[in-house]
Amino acid sequence: MHAIDGLIRWFSDPGHWAGPSGVPHRVLQHVEISLSAVGFALLIALPVGLVIGHLRRGEFVAVTIANLGRSIPSFAILSIVFQLMLRYFKGAAFGFWPTVISLVLLALPPILTNTYVGVQGVDPDTVEAAKGMGMSGRDVLLRLEVPLATPLIVAGIRTAAVQVVATATLAALIAGGGLGRYIVDGFAQGDQPKILAGAVLVAVLAILTELTLGLAERALSPRLASSKRGRRRTRAEG
Amino acid sequence: MISLKHVSKRFAHANASAVADLSMDIAEGETVVLVGPSGCGKTTTMRMINRLIEPTSGSISVDGRDVMAQDPVLLRRGMGYVIQSIGLLPHRTVAQNIATVPNLIGWEEVRVRARVGELAGMLDLDGELLNRYPSELSGGQRQRVGVARALAADPPVMLMDEPFAAVDPIVRARLQDQFLDIQRRLRKTIVFVTHDIDEAIKMADRIAILNRGGVIEQYAPPEEILRKPANDFVKEFVGAERGLKRLALIKVADIGVERGPVVSRTALSEEARKQMESFGLDWTTVVDDGRLLGWVDLQMLEGRQHVSEATPRLFGAYVTAGSSLRQALDSIVTSRTQVAVVAGEGEQYVGILSLEHITKEILS
Amino acid sequence: MISLLGAEPLIRWRWVFDHVDQIWARLLEHVQLTVLAVAIGFAISLPLAVYAHRHRRAYAPVTFVAGLLYTIPSLALFVLLLPFTGLTTTTAEIGLVGYTLLILIRNTVAGLDAVPADAKEAALGMGYTRRQLLWRVELPLALPVIVAGVRIATVTTVGLVTVTALIGKGGEGYFILLGLQQFFSTATIVGATLSVALAVAADLVLLRAQRALTPWARSAKVRAFG
Repeated sequence: MHAIDGLIRWFSDPGHWAGPSGVPHRVLQHVEISLSAVGFALLIALPVGLVIGHLRRGEFVAVTIANLGRSIPSFAILSIVFQLMLRYFKGAAFGFWPTVISLVLLALPPILTNTYVGVQGVDPDTVEAAKGMGMSGRDVLLRLEVPLATPLIVAGIRTAAVQVVATATLAALIAGGGLGRYIVDGFAQGDQPKILAGAVLVAVLAILTELTLGLAERALSPRLASSKRGRRRTRAEG
Repeated sequence: MISLKHVSKRFAHANASAVADLSMDIAEGETVVLVGPSGCGKTTTMRMINRLIEPTSGSISVDGRDVMAQDPVLLRRGMGYVIQSIGLLPHRTVAQNIATVPNLIGWEEVRVRARVGELAGMLDLDGELLNRYPSELSGGQRQRVGVARALAADPPVMLMDEPFAAVDPIVRARLQDQFLDIQRRLRKTIVFVTHDIDEAIKMADRIAILNRGGVIEQYAPPEEILRKPANDFVKEFVGAERGLKRLALIKVADIGVERGPVVSRTALSEEARKQMESFGLDWTTVVDDGRLLGWVDLQMLEGRQHVSEATPRLFGAYVTAGSSLRQALDSIVTSRTQVAVVAGEGEQYVGILSLEHITKEILS
Repeated sequence: MISLLGAEPLIRWRWVFDHVDQIWARLLEHVQLTVLAVAIGFAISLPLAVYAHRHRRAYAPVTFVAGLLYTIPSLALFVLLLPFTGLTTTTAEIGLVGYTLLILIRNTVAGLDAVPADAKEAALGMGYTRRQLLWRVELPLALPVIVAGVRIATVTTVGLVTVTALIGKGGEGYFILLGLQQFFSTATIVGATLSVALAVAADLVLLRAQRALTPWARSAKVRAFG
């Protein structure tokens, strides 16, 4: 097929693999943006989730955030953050920061929700027994609840990561880097093979992310029933 | 009515057969209870009758027709089926649940509604429950709805798998009594599965005691199983206190009462003493115009001319013609007089039952 | 709001009033794309889920394919379809439908799994055919979980429709993109707000529908004694 030929030819061109607009660089950019976003989200959401889960408070907040995160299209978040930054932080308005901020906002709900549910979901009887044995609140959290909640937490991270990788594609719209550039530039230049190449690369990266973290999740939850895995997935957008 | 011939069932990947070469006949109108330890194949056997499980070999016929030759769906619509957890449809009201099979068959609405009302009365279900959902019912109510549902299309055969096991003993006894009452009237052919030998004894016309692999150790009326257990397995399964269990089956009316010392309230103490002497006892029953009042002993009559001067002691309990011998025994053991007093309608004194009389009955 | 970017306010209301027709038309487009996608997705996923529920071994491959479609970023998916179906509604719909499959299949199977086994056994024992069992017992009882899946799928789809702006459709996403390309915050905010409003509205409507379809779940808390 015509399109597939073009695609193969595009990938065979060595020029597309070198330099700042080459595949490796763009992939790296994309990964960098994604990792930063997930990292920041973890920094914020993980502690919060652990604490409110442990204290078994704030369920309403956690659920609301989850619902909000689900209802607000990532494209909308991206654009609004960009528009706001453009108005108030003109200097940093393009590229890295609006992208990362929006992606962080996207990654927060799954991580927060899953962490909260994972920690809070530990059998209260077990927790009580632990306290009765003399474990302090912190011990209970770190030695009992976190290990037991790990599968769900990792599932949340996985959901967030895939979503972030997907949405980072859109970052190119606001002059960001990453693999989305191929798609956006391709549209602007009418270069169909480039568009397709970008799409293929993004798809592959997303699938790899999902598989890798899926393996990590399985590795970290040896004895627990498979019913918990993947239950906390929200949508991926790109 | 139901005939199983050399039926066996072996499940895939199993070392042994769940049921091996089982043959038995169940007569029309009979209640047969399959009882045995877990794993004996009683439930499997029952479920082969309505083809929820297909037999590996052998044949089963209901009313002369081979079950394998019939459409299983139609076969099942013609049989009542009750399971332990009842399995009421949660999304249907009680009335709709009861009407399940009639609706499947295609009765007109009027007929269905009438039938549901009739069954509600029979099973003692309050009319306003009919529009509720199963989740709003208590355990006992749900069991009754389950039985009503099984009876709805008036099937000649009923299959019941531990239908009363999921409720507490008091409710269970009531349900059993209610069911026996209904069965007396309707005379359906019933295959009843339970692990509880006492329930079997209470409910069955005939009991089939099954061992591992569906082996029938004994298939006989409860009385016979209690009196003449076929082998050690049966003996052990029936449990200790076989004698007492037998007593529960026999009614006072079955053995007849003895005469005992009795005197009217208006009589002289002298007459009372004469009564006691003639029976070799130190006490006598006191009646008022034939009605049971209590008893008096020699000590209480001392220095008194008339019986009426002594206040008779009440009997702790009395039994009637319909009581079981077990109840009579309980009365004997708990009474100072060491007999069970038998009274008829209006508490009219009939006679007494002594331990010897009852023992003679068991040993016969 | 005080503007720091020249005289451009965050929301130029004038523009909004002038373009109400267009905004409304795009809203309708948004609804159409969403409803169509979820309906088709449901029509495909229901038989697949029933099959996977009955034949457990099919569950893994079915969810694998659906999962693949779900993981591929939506923009990439739309783009990959372009050479085959062009910049049309079909492209958008194929992508959108593909997205709903995983959620719908998963939830439908979970719902069917949750049907109490004793109700099924009793129904079969009473003489329901397999077909009657599915339609009169299993599906009605699985309905709450299935509708929950439809709700999630719908809200997700509302969000994804915005991305289709990049291939010529977009519903309210059209305005989001417009705002980005022309540095025009009004359009973005209008587009974003209406997208969110639509998602929330859809969620509430479906929640109502779910409650209406399951009257027996409502009275579950009331218990009688005796």
